[in-house]
Amino acid sequence: MWKFILRRFLVMIPQLFLLSLIVFALAKQMPGDALTGISMDPRISPERIEELREKAGLNDPWYEQYGRWISGIVHGDFGTSYTHKIPVSEVIAERIWNTVFLALITLILTYLLAIPMGVLSGRYNETWIDKVVTGYNYLGFATPIFIFALIMLFVFGFSFEWFPTGGSVSSKVDARTFAYYLSKFHHVILPAFSTALITTVGTVQYLRNEIIDNKFKEYTRTARSKGIPDNKVYTRHILRNSLLPIAAFLGYEITGLVGGTVIIETIFSYPGVGQLFVSSIGLRDFSVVTAIVMMLGFATLLGTLLSDIILSMVDPRIRIE
Amino acid sequence: MKKPILQIENLTTSFKIKDKYYMAVDHVSFSVSENEIVAVVGESGCGKSALALSIMRLHNNQRTKIEGEIKYKERNIVSITEAQMNKVRGKDIGIIFQEPLTALNPLMTVGDQIEENLTFHTKLSKEKKRLRTLELLTQVGIPFPTRTYKQFPHELSGGMRQRVMISIAIACNPSLVIADEPTTALDVTIQAQILELLQSIQKETKMGIILITHDLSVVAEVADRIVVMYAGQVVEIGTVKQIFAKPLHPYTRSLLNSIPSAVTNKQRLHVIEGIVPSIVNMNRDSCRFSPRIPWIPRHAHEESPELHEVAPDHLVRCTCYKHFYFQDHRGVKITNGIT
Repeated sequence: MWKFILRRFLVMIPQLFLLSLIVFALAKQMPGDALTGISMDPRISPERIEELREKAGLNDPWYEQYGRWISGIVHGDFGTSYTHKIPVSEVIAERIWNTVFLALITLILTYLLAIPMGVLSGRYNETWIDKVVTGYNYLGFATPIFIFALIMLFVFGFSFEWFPTGGSVSSKVDARTFAYYLSKFHHVILPAFSTALITTVGTVQYLRNEIIDNKFKEYTRTARSKGIPDNKVYTRHILRNSLLPIAAFLGYEITGLVGGTVIIETIFSYPGVGQLFVSSIGLRDFSVVTAIVMMLGFATLLGTLLSDIILSMVDPRIRIE
Repeated sequence: MKKPILQIENLTTSFKIKDKYYMAVDHVSFSVSENEIVAVVGESGCGKSALALSIMRLHNNQRTKIEGEIKYKERNIVSITEAQMNKVRGKDIGIIFQEPLTALNPLMTVGDQIEENLTFHTKLSKEKKRLRTLELLTQVGIPFPTRTYKQFPHELSGGMRQRVMISIAIACNPSLVIADEPTTALDVTIQAQILELLQSIQKETKMGIILITHDLSVVAEVADRIVVMYAGQVVEIGTVKQIFAKPLHPYTRSLLNSIPSAVTNKQRLHVIEGIVPSIVNMNRDSCRFSPRIPWIPRHAHEESPELHEVAPDHLVRCTCYKHFYFQDHRGVKITNGIT
């Protein structure tokens, strides 16, 4: 098991290297650079800007720039943000926990919604309850998340004023108090719920189909032939087998959510990595953009590994060596 | 006369297909006594498995209608509630399914799957259940019970899995076991072992067995009585001696004639023409086997064929058996040497 994990980490090195090349090339392909913004300022002469470019090494050939960048990353240095004037790692560190918190709450809500809906519509398929759930699913599949999130923001944020419309914590509370954590939670609920209501439909549909599939399997018939009451047949046999693929998908789900917060954080003005990403692109703050993409890439690889490990734990037929 | 454990009377099982019910098991009656093996034979699609699942009431309730009587020790189990039926299933009647790989839960250890039966029907303590399970595994001939107890189904061979399946069925000492083609998915040497195992268990427990199979050679070895089914109906019923010595119904004779033999040097293997009619489009008013023996004249068959008693305990459906003869593949009547 540990050997397997170590090997997977070793395989990640060339993968991350390849990713870094692509990320760097794409970032360089974007028009403008970090100094394009100040070139509009009439108080700074074009010569001075050119001097600054030269000093920052932006006129060097790409491979030299790449070399500098990648060797920095290897040493844990992602460079300095042009706009924030502090190391990139600090900029990200300030916001990453907000994003992780949002993703975690979203994940929990997604499964809290998906499991009961999937089980009910799978168990009582082709009844009214299944039709309600399936109808909801079609609506969810068809609704773009950014529209739905805007509606949620408008209804529950602006009209009812039940939830704050931006930020991650109220400015009126002191850090590390109970009120502070409560406020954080209050801020995360609306964006998390808006995402979960839409992203849950994939899991609901999957679980429903798994349950329908499993309830006609032969081992289910064997379980019934033992005289086990219907409810117990579901909890002991059908549900466990049906949750298998969903548990295995958990790793991917987590990385998907971390990456997917870009839209939701922007809409809810939630100060997380996603929002930072979008604003950094606007400001051509390459060092931040590349660092975030590298981080998401690493998270994806970690997610796949996590999925493999979870699957090997829940399914006795799969053992990793 | 031995005491019957199970009496089936006019059992009719209908499946709902596009809002109409079609009979898959059509007024079937027979009984099983203590210490007796009754074989139900017929081709695929004759309603054998539908019959087995009807006895256990394992069909989908919404799409299946069961009529008639199934009396387990004088109690009609067709009309009892689902909760009452759960006390019969697994405890009084056990069932062994055909495919031992898919019939076991892949995520549960063998031990847990056998113990489950004891959990729902006995009040044994955890330790006692474990001991009983190990005893069962030993009884069904598993070489290392303590190891197998902790194993998962995929870690066992087909024969071993079928032994586990048998130990699940007999865990609570049922008085009746239904074996639904227990050897079909296994290779020939293992088949013999599994049949011997069933017989030896029966010797100890005196239980009745309904053995569902399409393999007549299996029947000859182990069964006491034979029920031949065709298109949902019983076409012939009798003791093994009666059926093998003097098979009457054309279907029984055709089945027996289709067994490949190493002894007789017949050139061609006998093949029954055609297929079993599907339950949706089947002519239910005439002899159902008549389309497959077209050379037998129409007047030889009965209008709506009934079971006739030809000898004590030997029943046969329709009158066509009196006029039946075999034809070879060229359409020439075969007169010599065969039943």
